[in-house]
Amino acid sequence: MIHSLFLINHAGDIFLEKHWKSVISRSVCDYFFEAKEKAVEPENVPPVLQTPHHYLISIYRDKLFFLSVVQTEVPPLFVIEFLHRVADTIQDYFGECSESLINDNVVTVYELLEEMLDNGFPLATESNVLKEMIRPPTILRSVVNTLTGSSNVGDKLPSGQLSSIPWRRAGVKYTNNEAYFDVIEEIDAIVDKSGTTVFAEIQGVIEASVRLTGMPDLSMTFMNPSLLDDVSFHPCVRFKRWESERALSFIPPDGNFTLMNYHVSSQNLVTIPVYVKQNICFFETGPCGRLDITIGPKQTMGKTVEALMVTIHMPKAVLSANLTATQGNYSYDLATKVLVWDIGKLNPQKLPNLRGSLSLQSGAPKPEDNPSLNIDLKIQQVAISGLKVSRLEMNGEKYKPFKGVKYLTKAGNFQVRT
Amino acid sequence: MDVGFSSLRSEAVGAMRMALVSAENLQLTLKPEPSQEEQALTHNKSSIKETHKAGNEDLKEMLESNKESLKLEAMKRVVGLISKGKNASELFPAVVKNVASKNIELKKLVYVYLVRYAEEQQDLALLSISTFQRALKDPNQFIRGSALRVLSSIRVPIIVPIMLLAIKEAAADLSPYVRKTSAHAIQKLYSLDPEQKEQLIEVIEKLLKDKSTLVAGSVVMAFEEVCPDRIDLIHKNYRKLCNLLVDVEEWGQVVIISMLTRYARTQFTSPWKEGATFDENNDKAFYDSDSEDKKDTTEAKPYIMDPDHRLLLRNTKPLLQSRNTAVVMCVAQLYWHVAPTQEVNIVTKSLVRLLRSHREVQYIVLQNIATMSIQRKGIFEPYMKSFYVRSTDATHIKTLKLEILTNLANEANISTILREFQTYVKSQDKAFAAATIQAIGRCATNITDVTDTCLSGLVLLLSNRDETVVAESVVVIKKLLQTQPTQHSEIIKHMAKLFDNITVSMARASILWLMGEYCDRVPKIAPDVLRKMAKTFTAEEDIVKLQTVNLAAKLYLTNSKQTKLLTQYILNLGKYDQSYDIRDRTRFIRQLIVPNEKSGALNKYARRILLAPKPAPVLESSFKDRDRFQLGTLSHSLNTKAAGYQELSDWPAVAPDQSVRNVEVIEPVQEWAPSVGKTKKSGKPKSADKFYSDDEEEKEAEGSESSKDSSSSSSEESGSESEEESSEESEKTSSDSGKSSSGSEKSSSESESEPKKKKKTKKAPQKKSKSPAAFSDSDENGNGPVAQASSSSAESSSGSETDSEDSDPPATPQKKKKKDVKSKPKAEVKSKVEVSLLDLVDFSPAPTNAPKSSVISSSLLSDLEGLSLSNISSTMQVTTPSFGPVKTYELLHHMTGKGLSAKYHFPRQPCLYEPSMVAVQVILTNSSDHSLEEIHIGERSPAGLNIHCFNTIERLEPEASVTVSMGIDFSDSTQAAHFQLCTKEDQFSVSIQPAVGELLMPSSMTEQDYSKEQGKLLGMNETSATITMATANTSRLAISKQVLSVCNVGEVPSSQNTVHRFAGRTVNSGALVLVCLELKESSTALLTINTEKSVMASMLLRDLKQPLVQA
Repeated sequence: MIHSLFLINHAGDIFLEKHWKSVISRSVCDYFFEAKEKAVEPENVPPVLQTPHHYLISIYRDKLFFLSVVQTEVPPLFVIEFLHRVADTIQDYFGECSESLINDNVVTVYELLEEMLDNGFPLATESNVLKEMIRPPTILRSVVNTLTGSSNVGDKLPSGQLSSIPWRRAGVKYTNNEAYFDVIEEIDAIVDKSGTTVFAEIQGVIEASVRLTGMPDLSMTFMNPSLLDDVSFHPCVRFKRWESERALSFIPPDGNFTLMNYHVSSQNLVTIPVYVKQNICFFETGPCGRLDITIGPKQTMGKTVEALMVTIHMPKAVLSANLTATQGNYSYDLATKVLVWDIGKLNPQKLPNLRGSLSLQSGAPKPEDNPSLNIDLKIQQVAISGLKVSRLEMNGEKYKPFKGVKYLTKAGNFQVRT
Repeated sequence: MDVGFSSLRSEAVGAMRMALVSAENLQLTLKPEPSQEEQALTHNKSSIKETHKAGNEDLKEMLESNKESLKLEAMKRVVGLISKGKNASELFPAVVKNVASKNIELKKLVYVYLVRYAEEQQDLALLSISTFQRALKDPNQFIRGSALRVLSSIRVPIIVPIMLLAIKEAAADLSPYVRKTSAHAIQKLYSLDPEQKEQLIEVIEKLLKDKSTLVAGSVVMAFEEVCPDRIDLIHKNYRKLCNLLVDVEEWGQVVIISMLTRYARTQFTSPWKEGATFDENNDKAFYDSDSEDKKDTTEAKPYIMDPDHRLLLRNTKPLLQSRNTAVVMCVAQLYWHVAPTQEVNIVTKSLVRLLRSHREVQYIVLQNIATMSIQRKGIFEPYMKSFYVRSTDATHIKTLKLEILTNLANEANISTILREFQTYVKSQDKAFAAATIQAIGRCATNITDVTDTCLSGLVLLLSNRDETVVAESVVVIKKLLQTQPTQHSEIIKHMAKLFDNITVSMARASILWLMGEYCDRVPKIAPDVLRKMAKTFTAEEDIVKLQTVNLAAKLYLTNSKQTKLLTQYILNLGKYDQSYDIRDRTRFIRQLIVPNEKSGALNKYARRILLAPKPAPVLESSFKDRDRFQLGTLSHSLNTKAAGYQELSDWPAVAPDQSVRNVEVIEPVQEWAPSVGKTKKSGKPKSADKFYSDDEEEKEAEGSESSKDSSSSSSEESGSESEEESSEESEKTSSDSGKSSSGSEKSSSESESEPKKKKKTKKAPQKKSKSPAAFSDSDENGNGPVAQASSSSAESSSGSETDSEDSDPPATPQKKKKKDVKSKPKAEVKSKVEVSLLDLVDFSPAPTNAPKSSVISSSLLSDLEGLSLSNISSTMQVTTPSFGPVKTYELLHHMTGKGLSAKYHFPRQPCLYEPSMVAVQVILTNSSDHSLEEIHIGERSPAGLNIHCFNTIERLEPEASVTVSMGIDFSDSTQAAHFQLCTKEDQFSVSIQPAVGELLMPSSMTEQDYSKEQGKLLGMNETSATITMATANTSRLAISKQVLSVCNVGEVPSSQNTVHRFAGRTVNSGALVLVCLELKESSTALLTINTEKSVMASMLLRDLKQPLVQA
């Protein structure tokens, strides 16, 4: 299936290659570079490319291209999903997915890739299985390793690989047994010029951090499961129980994982936490324009809006911005033409405002279209859909774990058109 | 000065070269001395290689040292080199020595190296083989597995035999991990040496039988790679794969589902009901099946999904909730290609969910949605807003979303979509804005209501500042005008005005073409435009020049007075143009339009040639033709056939034999399935015969029937005779085996062995089955003479089962009407099934695994139920739901129906058309004095009502009556089904309202299961009432008679005398309905109903109360 993998940095240098079948010359990437050239922005490179003898399927993540070569028909999503898993695993192992870190740990990365695929077919992609085979590097371990000569590679078949629950290894032990769940909801919305909501929906995710001894069997129930419209689960969740009782029943993986993703049914009205008053205009005469943005709270369910941030992709013609912000800082990146206004906490008494003038490239025509604003925000301790976990029970083990649920609302794809 | 300087420099360079050469001769390294520039002058490559070599030298030393840590360090550096794509092959000898190292990490790195370079250094690679061979015998499964992995990855043809041997051994390994590895190794060996195919297929066949979820995905992958056409290997494993699917790891799921998609398309008939062709013979076949071929059970039905087909769909559905996007997409394409049309929409929600995922995932999913939304726009319409474009989306995502929005546009939502498009047109991304204009054009042609709005919107865009936007608008307007040119001369004039400002050649050309085409609508402007063009002709682009020539020619033909000179001028300019294309065209046009002495016959037709009405262009989606590819595939994504793409075959017209999927030890469904394959031959002439014989006197019918019966069952008889011989050895079970034999027409061998097997293994049930045997025996004996009277040939004892059934009707003479003739044969069919299943009766103590097997199985259970009832108390046969209708209801009175009267009853049999339907029989009688023609069912309501209609009755003579059967899906509600009963002249609105008890079908279970199920259905699911029973009703017999008269349930054997239990399931959803009547003192009783359908429970309670309380 997957024949080869090339890791390519932003500048277009191949800095790692791995072949699972016979070797394919890296010149195959030239077709990709051609497409990259044509696309201008790296995001715009088509994920699937055809060359005379190969097919190139790539993802762009963290400023790196993961380019895989396949020779025969294969579901493209299969490859794309796998490449993202590779990126996830690297991130999981080294904290982030960057060229320098991969270069520093090239042997571990290589060993990982070797384990993840056999003959191009995924073999082990579960992070805990991989971690048993190849231990992630830590400072302590590297010191120990140099002293004792022991290695990072496990010599036993990870138990998870064989069991029917590959996501959990046997013999987990903790002195503090704890299970924390974060219910994070994101508001996706498009608000038009006049302030009416064109489109809004809530997507949620439950992130778990479970450190429990043994083989606990957890079940989580919700106060209002009817809110959940569409869900997807970590493989550990028993689907039958969900179907019959709307309860999540699962033997959790060890450590951090995403328990479920959900979509809140569209019948429920989505509350938009903030409103934006904006006025951006470019003058017909003279190379300048004006910008005036005010943000105020709308429906915040009694909580404060934090980490408020406005990002604007300015038209190419905008040279610089001369603005004053009543709260927070703004910056304008000349190269990418992105204006970022970092506001922080929203104070309902004194609404933050950003105003000033924009200077345009002289001679360039007035931009046709006003840029749209992307809003980022956070509201702690509330799930905007009203979803609540009613109880979390544990069976199968004797001890009493610490349990905790945290709620957080964020702006997802929150766009205000101007 | 300059010269002197350059000569100096060249001298210096020369000197340096000399120095270098001498240095090389002296074997010195000059590394520190020459600066970079000079290095570039010398042979760049060789020097780098030199350093490289030096580096490799020290690596070699490290590898050959005794220190483990040094070796490891060296190997890590080597792997670093490999990862950078640098050549490290000359280290091979040094590396390969370490293959037997004890250090596991070192060993692994050596493996990495070996796999990478073995192909280049085949001889040396062979040195390592023995190590792997030894490791293959290691007690540690991990080591065995990885040894096989590496061994099979070494692409050296010489070791093919060793690999093959290793694979064969590993395929039989105890560890599933090793078996999984061997499945992977199969593919590697196959790509190395395709000659081994046959041998490898054997291994695949063996591994396919593996029950481990770990192996399933990998072996199916191997199957797909090595022998995707050997679908026959899958048959026996099909059900297992379906059932394992949920537990297989996600990557395996993708592979298995894709394979099963192909499998389903070759093995099942199409669920996409086109209706007509199937329905044609339907009713006749239905009757046929009653009378002659008892085998004719499934095939005669219009379309019943193969239970295996259903199994696949049911078992894949939960995977839509997978976190793996590839799995979700794969299930979606399975539903798209394999599921009945009305079920496809369950995948939409999940697909839309994937749009939240990574950009690349969005890209693929949107492509697939685009293809899907062309064919079925309805299913994505509710999610329209999810396709709204965000300014941060990548361009290819934007265009795909636009494509989908355009596909989804209809009269209802077009205004919303156009408003959305307005924002897009203003986008900074000009390519996207242009695409939006195209999309508006498409909407305008597709939805005629908005054509004008769109046109005026586009005309506004003509004054846009951006050139690409204007150009695109012109092109689209041109296309739109072409579809309806009559009322739009204003727009053409407007465009003529804009002409001076437009510079994009495509747009200019489009305007010119429009002028020429519709020059009669703008007679004043067109010549003026031509005049302007004559001025600038030489400076224009080719495409504009061509259109100018075209315009000139057309004007010359329509308005030669004004334009003659202009045209000649332009033609002269064109004659000397640089482009030969334009010269050619000019010459051609001149010959065509300008009359001269040489001009040929064409001249007369110039007008017709140039001014012919042109068909309007069709604006259609670029995804129009993508549906030729299977969704979710690479080929679909690229819109070209990728290497190794396997076409999805069309549905077979006739389903291949389903029995191939049967496995030795199985649930009831499979036992029953084999009867299907043979049904085709059921003679149509006979069926017609039968059909009419219904109207004849019953005796005749019966006679002919039973004679046919016996003749058709002759083969059975012979089969069962041999059976009897064999069963003589164990005489006490003769009836048991006799039954099974006669039931299993398919293959006597199977039925022969099976009962025996059971006998050996299960002693206890055998005793139980003895009493039923005794009953049926007595039946046989008692009724034998009757049967003989009616049919002369049915004398053989082996014909027992048909005969005894035949003689049932006399046992219920009071109910005998004409319709009984029909209900009886049906009972036969049923009994046939029952009998074949008799050996399964001993399954019923543990039915928990049976009910969930499939949809069909529930109806089968009811069959079983009927059987067990008849076995337990023969008296029950009278009231047992399977035998005859209880009540007949009026559907249409002959006064209102102008002579046509209709009655209906519920035959209480599983509906043959669809398991979720309730079977209804309708008796149509013509009480008028003229014959009625074309009796059929017309409109129905509620609109979504799923009725299986009977075939149109061509003619019904006066005083004749006919019975037809229908299936109605009441969806477990007592809401009446309204429909129109139509004759040639009239239409009568009628309705069938089912009693709640008719929405059930009997379910068999033991007492223990009953109480277990009851335990699950407490609280809200329980409805109960205390009633005072009429004294006449207190006997067991009376109670079951009353209960069964009200609802179609099965009696559950009870150990207590005072408690009576009945169990049933709702027809549509299969929800369990448990009825329990507990007698208390002084003729009171507690009536309890447990079911999750609480409305149904209360209605049922009311219905039940009445007959029990009344005497």
